[in-house]
Amino acid sequence: MTGAELWTTAAVFGPLLAALVALGGRPWTLKAGLALGSGTALAGSLGLWVEVTRQGPVRHLLGGWGAPLGIELWADGFSVAMLTVTAVVGAAVSLYSLSYFGDLSELDAGASPAGRAARYFAPLWLLLWAALNGIYLSADLFNLYVSLEILGLAAAALVTLAVTPKATVAGMRYLIVSLVGSMLFLLGVALLYTEFGTLSLEELAAAAPAGPMAAASLALMTVGMAAKTALFPLHAWLPPAHAGAPAPASALLSAVVVKGSFFILVRLWFAVYGGASDGGLLLMGGLGAAAILWGSVLALRQRSLKRVIAYSTVAQLGYLFIMFPLLAPEGLGAGGASGPASPEWSDDAWTGGILLALSHALAKAAMFMAAGNMTYAVARDALRDISGVAHRLPMSFLAFGLGGLSLAGLPPSAGFVGKWLLLREAISAGGWFWVAIITIGGLLTIAYVLMVLRHALDLKASSGDFRPVPKRMEWAALLLALAAATLGVRATETFQILLQGGVTPWS
Amino acid sequence: MTPLDLYAWAGVAVFLLALHAVVTRAHLIWKVLGINLMGTGVFLILLAAPARRDPLVADPLPQGMVLTGIVVAVAATALALGMALRVMSRTGSPFLTVDPESADPDPDAPEPPS
Repeated sequence: MTGAELWTTAAVFGPLLAALVALGGRPWTLKAGLALGSGTALAGSLGLWVEVTRQGPVRHLLGGWGAPLGIELWADGFSVAMLTVTAVVGAAVSLYSLSYFGDLSELDAGASPAGRAARYFAPLWLLLWAALNGIYLSADLFNLYVSLEILGLAAAALVTLAVTPKATVAGMRYLIVSLVGSMLFLLGVALLYTEFGTLSLEELAAAAPAGPMAAASLALMTVGMAAKTALFPLHAWLPPAHAGAPAPASALLSAVVVKGSFFILVRLWFAVYGGASDGGLLLMGGLGAAAILWGSVLALRQRSLKRVIAYSTVAQLGYLFIMFPLLAPEGLGAGGASGPASPEWSDDAWTGGILLALSHALAKAAMFMAAGNMTYAVARDALRDISGVAHRLPMSFLAFGLGGLSLAGLPPSAGFVGKWLLLREAISAGGWFWVAIITIGGLLTIAYVLMVLRHALDLKASSGDFRPVPKRMEWAALLLALAAATLGVRATETFQILLQGGVTPWS
Repeated sequence: MTPLDLYAWAGVAVFLLALHAVVTRAHLIWKVLGINLMGTGVFLILLAAPARRDPLVADPLPQGMVLTGIVVAVAATALALGMALRVMSRTGSPFLTVDPESADPDPDAPEPPS
């Protein structure tokens, strides 16, 4: 077994095995499962980072069976970057969850809502982790579909671990959107297979899909994935689901789960379809711009802490789609409809856009965990109820602030580097509309982050009841926030891995 | 139009009808069944796919996909039905009536579980 085979196996099957261990339903099986899942995912992603840096994209034929009958795992720089950030966020949230769900010895009270949440969070999350890693390592459309479906089922179940009627309804709505999205994706896969007779992403890229059937297929898959990524205007399910879930689940859903379908969109649009059409790229960018404005304004109007952060996710996901038109050679219009042979994808837009996705994962997980600490302490979720928590929970306050700093794009955060690269690309391509949107979005982000911080600092209104928060939960949030705030300093390594394979790894 | 084209178009029709049901029917059982049927529509298309390109060669790949798809659909339907029951028991209604968009912070907010 080569190194690449070992690491891809660890990344996908490690968390899957760990999920089975965690189903044991005893405190030690939960801890063992989370440790095994975190360990294998971290080892797998770091191992692949080394392998891909050394030899470029790697391939693993599972059981020695190649396509079309066997399943191949495949990793390039984009896969490795997503795997790694998922592993880092995942390990921190796993640690956090051990304290968040309270005394694990109450597991046997499986009938009580708290006991059930404590018992099923770990197995569901580990299953979800395996599905995410499966998406990042998929080399064919059907494997993507199966991973996507596991991801959606586990994610919806995580939301309903919170027992309120609101969270249950939000989880059900999420499940329906997610399943319909998967079905649209599957129909797109069926149409592509009818037309081109292959499922392999690489062979499809070589076939350079064009024509009405290919376009219909891309449209179906895009709508399905956009619904799962909560791209405006298909975002309405996200805020109630992400705000209603238990804090560790919120962190995972907002930080890493939406990135799975985003990854598929990027792979399809660029690696397989070679950029599709200029009009399509502009449309995606326009929806991203609308998401930034709409999500930010609504975030400012929320009165509950977690909903502010959830709407912020809608807004920040918009930035990832602004990358679409900016990636095109020399801005849009210069190259015309570009086939896969078109060599001049913008490195700035690519590294900047993906770096934003990575930094959003770190920052948003930190912010949801910090918010979880605040609501854990005061047992309420409204902004006015967290008044004065800043002096009680200085570490969580700092974590929230640092995460917000990265979202808003202040140096030296990774968010700053990512936004700066996108801005530079937009300016050099003369896309002043995108420049305006990126800037306004940044200002609105600062506004809603400050809104939360102002409440937290409001000592006069400080309420009496306060439950001590386990130190482990504070540290998990702060470490991720520090990672997000300082990743910008080490951005070069991330760029190097992202350029292994780049935008169109198969051309 | 060959019989196989008919097969594929029937799949498209089933998919669209089921999608229509998911969107327009409020009852959760309708929605779950609709999603299930959408999958069936895709399976019809997949089975007709290889023969449309070369009717004389059997292609095991779509059959494998359909079999896997059925397994996935069973799991998804089971979970969706289970969650629909949960919605029923927690809200007392088989519709998604509690508006999760209402901006008021819940007095009995979702936190914390223990």
